[in-house]
Amino acid sequence: MNFIPNTKDEVMEMMSLLGIDSIEELFKDIPREVLFKEALDIPRLNEFELTRYLGEKLSKNQFFPPEKVFLGGGVWPVYIPAVVKYILMRTEFLTSYTPYQAEISQGLMQALYEYQSLLAELLDMDVVNSSMYDWSSAAAEALLLSVRATKGDIVLIPQDMPYYRKMVLKTYLWGAGVEYMEYPLDEEGNIDISFLNKVDGGRRIAGLYAEYPNIYGYIMENLDEAGEYVHNRNGLFIVGVDPLSLPILKPPSAYGADIVVGEGQPLGNPLFFGGPLLGIFGVRRDMKLIREMPGRIIGLTKTVDGERAFAMILQTREQHIRRERATSNICSNEALTAVASAVYISLLGKNGLVKLSTKLLKYSHMLYEMLASHGFEQPYNLPYFREFSLTLDKPIETKSLLRHMINKGFLFGAVLARYHTVSLNEHHSQQALEGLISSIEEVIG
Amino acid sequence: MTGFRQAKWDEPLIYELSKIDPSLPEDVVKEASRYLPEKYIRKTLSIPDLSEPEVVRHFIRLSQMNFSVDLGMYPLGSCTMKYNPKICDYLASEPSLMNIHPLQPEETLQGLLEILYELKKYLSMITGMDFFTLQPAAGAHGEYVGVLIIKKYHEVHGESHRDEILIPDSAHGTNPASAKMAGFKVIEIPSDPDGLVDMDALEAALSDKTAGMMLTNPNTLGLFEKNIVEIAKKVHEVGGLMYYDGANLNAIAGLARPGDMGFDIVHLNLHKSFGTPHGGGGPGSGPVGVKSYLKEFLPIPYIDHEDGMYFLNWDLKNSIGKVHGYYGNISVLLRAYCYILLNGGEGIRKASEQAVLNSNYLLWRIKDLRGVSLPYSKGVFRKHEFVISLEPLKEDTGVTAKDVAKRLLDYGLHPPTIYFPLIVKEAFMIEPTESVSKSDLDRYADALKAIIEEAYSDPDTVRSSPHNTKIGRVDEAYGSRPKTMAPTYRWLLEKEE
Ligand SMILES: Cc1ncc(COP(=O)(O)O)c(C=O)c1O
Repeated sequence: MNFIPNTKDEVMEMMSLLGIDSIEELFKDIPREVLFKEALDIPRLNEFELTRYLGEKLSKNQFFPPEKVFLGGGVWPVYIPAVVKYILMRTEFLTSYTPYQAEISQGLMQALYEYQSLLAELLDMDVVNSSMYDWSSAAAEALLLSVRATKGDIVLIPQDMPYYRKMVLKTYLWGAGVEYMEYPLDEEGNIDISFLNKVDGGRRIAGLYAEYPNIYGYIMENLDEAGEYVHNRNGLFIVGVDPLSLPILKPPSAYGADIVVGEGQPLGNPLFFGGPLLGIFGVRRDMKLIREMPGRIIGLTKTVDGERAFAMILQTREQHIRRERATSNICSNEALTAVASAVYISLLGKNGLVKLSTKLLKYSHMLYEMLASHGFEQPYNLPYFREFSLTLDKPIETKSLLRHMINKGFLFGAVLARYHTVSLNEHHSQQALEGLISSIEEVIG
Repeated sequence: MTGFRQAKWDEPLIYELSKIDPSLPEDVVKEASRYLPEKYIRKTLSIPDLSEPEVVRHFIRLSQMNFSVDLGMYPLGSCTMKYNPKICDYLASEPSLMNIHPLQPEETLQGLLEILYELKKYLSMITGMDFFTLQPAAGAHGEYVGVLIIKKYHEVHGESHRDEILIPDSAHGTNPASAKMAGFKVIEIPSDPDGLVDMDALEAALSDKTAGMMLTNPNTLGLFEKNIVEIAKKVHEVGGLMYYDGANLNAIAGLARPGDMGFDIVHLNLHKSFGTPHGGGGPGSGPVGVKSYLKEFLPIPYIDHEDGMYFLNWDLKNSIGKVHGYYGNISVLLRAYCYILLNGGEGIRKASEQAVLNSNYLLWRIKDLRGVSLPYSKGVFRKHEFVISLEPLKEDTGVTAKDVAKRLLDYGLHPPTIYFPLIVKEAFMIEPTESVSKSDLDRYADALKAIIEEAYSDPDTVRSSPHNTKIGRVDEAYGSRPKTMAPTYRWLLEKEE
C-alpha cells in the first residue's frame, strides 16, 4: 500500500518551484540539536502481514461469548443489529470532521439532532447535548455545572458507586477545587436522608448525584425525597441512568431531576473493553442550566432564505470562542456513537425498546429466583431492573466462586463496592441461565 | 462555474416519518408489572415505530448530505484530515474485540493488553517520552490529564501556590479551557512579530507562581518555535513544566521529537496524526506521554508488564486518579496501532515530509493572489499547515473569509479552518496533509483564485454562497436565541403550538 499520492516527478516539480534541492530544507528552522537523526525502529507490515500479526496476538485473549457474561456496572453486552453496523460504515459519517461547515454537513447534524431528540424523550429532559466522552466524565461535568449554576460550595455523591466512576468524579472535583461529601445508603438500601439532614446548614449544596438504578441494581424508593432535599437547599438534582431501563422505568424527571447523565453504550454500541462510549448529558428547560451545559449542541435553525437547517448552537459556551471562560474544555466528543444510538433507537422503535427492557427485567428476576433456591441472598429488598446484587460469601466465598466460574467459561458478575453484582443482557436466554446455574451447582457442590 | 451538486433530499425528521403513538404496549407493561410496582412504570414514550427499510433509507439519505475526507480534500487546519486506511476499520471491528467487557479479568486478555502496551512503546519512540497513558478520549481530555499532572506534581512538592499556566495567544481554545478546569489561572503570552512566542513577554510572565507552559510546536501558524530549547530552559529554571499539545505532530513525526525539545508532558491526537477516522466529531483518542520522573502521576490503571504478564497497574503512587470510566477509546487505539504498523518508522517520517511539502506548495500557489496576505515570518517555510489572511480582500470587496469558505463548498471542496488562530484577521488556516497530490492542490488553488477573482467582479455571488450544497447559508444565530431556538424535537413542537 502507498498512502501518498504524489509521484516522484510531482515531488521534484514542487521542490523546484519552492526553490529547494532537498526535503530537509523545509525543516531547516528546526534547531539541529532537536532534530531526530535516527530512524524510528518500527517495522512496516503490509495489509496481509498486519492481519496475520494482529490475529496472532488476539488469539492470546480468552473469548467469553456475551451469553456467558454477567458483567455490567455501567456498560453492558448488547446485540448490535446489522443496520447499525451498516450505517456506521457509511464513510460520509465515519470520515467527516466536526460539522464546522453547516451547509455541507446537514446529514450528520440531522442525525445528531435526532439523537438529541430521541434521548430527550427517553430521559424526559428538554435539551440533550450531542455527546460527552462517557458516563463518568458526564457525571463529573454535571457536578461542575451545578457549582457554576448555583454558586454552591459542596456537592454530594454516593458512597456506594462503582469504584472506577467514583474515581473520575473525585479527579474532576479535585481539579476544579470543589469539595464533596459522600452520603451512605440506609439499612433498606435507600438514600440515607437522615445523614443528608445532618449536613451543616451553612454549607451551600450545589448538587446531589444519585444513580437510578444504583450500583447494586436497585431502584431506591426515596429518590424523590433526595430531590426535594437538594432543591430545598437550592442545589441541583443530578441523576445517572442506564438508558435501557427507561423504556419501562419512569424517567428521572418524576423524582425532580434537573440534569440526567448516563451511558449511551447499551443503545447499540459495542463494549470494546470500555471505549469508545457515549456520555449522555441532558437538562430540563431552564436557560440558566442550558447556558452552562458542556459540549456541542445541534439545533434546528433556518437558512437566510427561511429553509429548515441544522447548526451547532449556543457555541458561545464553548472553548473555541470562550477559551478559559468556556463551560468545558471538550472539543471532539463521541459523535459517531451518538449516531449509532440514533439508528439503534429508530430501528427498535418504542415497541422494540419497551420489549427489550421488559425482557431484561424479566430475566433478571428469573435468574435471581434460581440463585435464591441455591442459597444466594440479596442485600436489599428493593425493586431492580437488569442488575441485582448478592451478599458476599453466601453460600460460598465470592472470590473463589468467581474464579471457578471463569474456569467454566463464565464471567459471573463483579464486586464493584460492597456486594457482588450480577447483570443481565439480552443474549441471556432461559437456556443460558440454566447453563449458568448448572455450572454454579458444580462449583458449590 | 462549478459542476458539483450535493445531494438534496427533502428528508423529514425521523419523528416526522410516521404518526407517533406514545402509549406503551399494554401486554408488555402487564408483564413488567409482575416484577415492578406500578408506580415505577412509565406511562408514555414518544419514539417512532418504523420498519427497517424506512430507517435505512432515512439514514442513507442523511449520509449523502454530508461531506467527508473520502469524498475529497478536507484541509481543516489543526485537524489533520488525512486518509484513514480501511484495513484499520476492518481489523478494529473484530467481533471478539467488540464484545470484551472492561471488567473482564486481565489474565484473560493478554493479547489485547500486549497490543496496547506495544502501542505505548511506539508512541514513546515517536515522541521521545518514557511512559504513556491511553485513557484520554480526545485531545482536550489529554490536555486535561496533562495539566492535572502538573497540578499534582506541584502539590506533591509542596508548591501548590504555583497556579499559573502560560499559554501563547495563538493557542487552541482547549488549552486555556483545560488549564482552567484544573484550577489554574491562564497567563496569555503574546506572539512576537515573527509569530513565535515573544521571549521578552515570556521572561516577564515567568515567576515562582508559574506551574507550567502549554505549547504546540509547530504552532498554530504552522511555524516551528525555533527558540523552543530556550523556552523550555526558562520555564524549567523557574520550576515550571512544559506541556506539548500534539495536535500538530503531523509536521514533525520521525523528524523531531517533543521529548528532545524539553517537553515533560505530551498529548497526541490519534484521530489526527495517526489516521483514525474522526466520526463526525469523535470518537478520538488523546494519549498522554510523560518523562520518567512523572510516571507516578499518570492516571490509573496503567497498562503494565512484569514477569511475562500484562496487567492493569492500579498502584501508581501519586496518580491523578481517573478521567475516563475505563481505559480509553480502545477501538481508536487499535486503529492507530494498525496505522503505525502499516506505515512503519520510515512511512511515518515520509508522511510528515510530504505533508510539509504539500503545505508549502499550496502556500506558494496562493500567497501572492490579490486580496491575500501572509502574516508573520514571510521567508520562512511553514510546516504541515499555514495561515493566510483575507483581510485585504475584505477591505477591497467586503467579501469575508467566511464568504470565501462558503463559496469553496460550491466546488465540492471543504474549506480550511477559518478565524483561527485568533491573532490573524480573516484567517484561513490550511492543512492539506500528505494524502492529497499536487493536482489536488492545484485544483484547490485554482478554485481559490477563481473565487477571489469573483469576489472582485461579482461579490454578491460569493457573499450569497453556497449555492450547490443541500441548503444555502445557514443563520446560526437564529437557532441559538432563546425565543427561536429548538434544540430538540419536543422543544420544536412546543414552539409550534
Ligand atoms: C491545536 C489543537 N489542540 C487541541 C485540540 C483538541 O483536540 P480534540 O478535539 O481531540 O479534543 C485541537 C483540535 O481541534 C487542536 O487543533
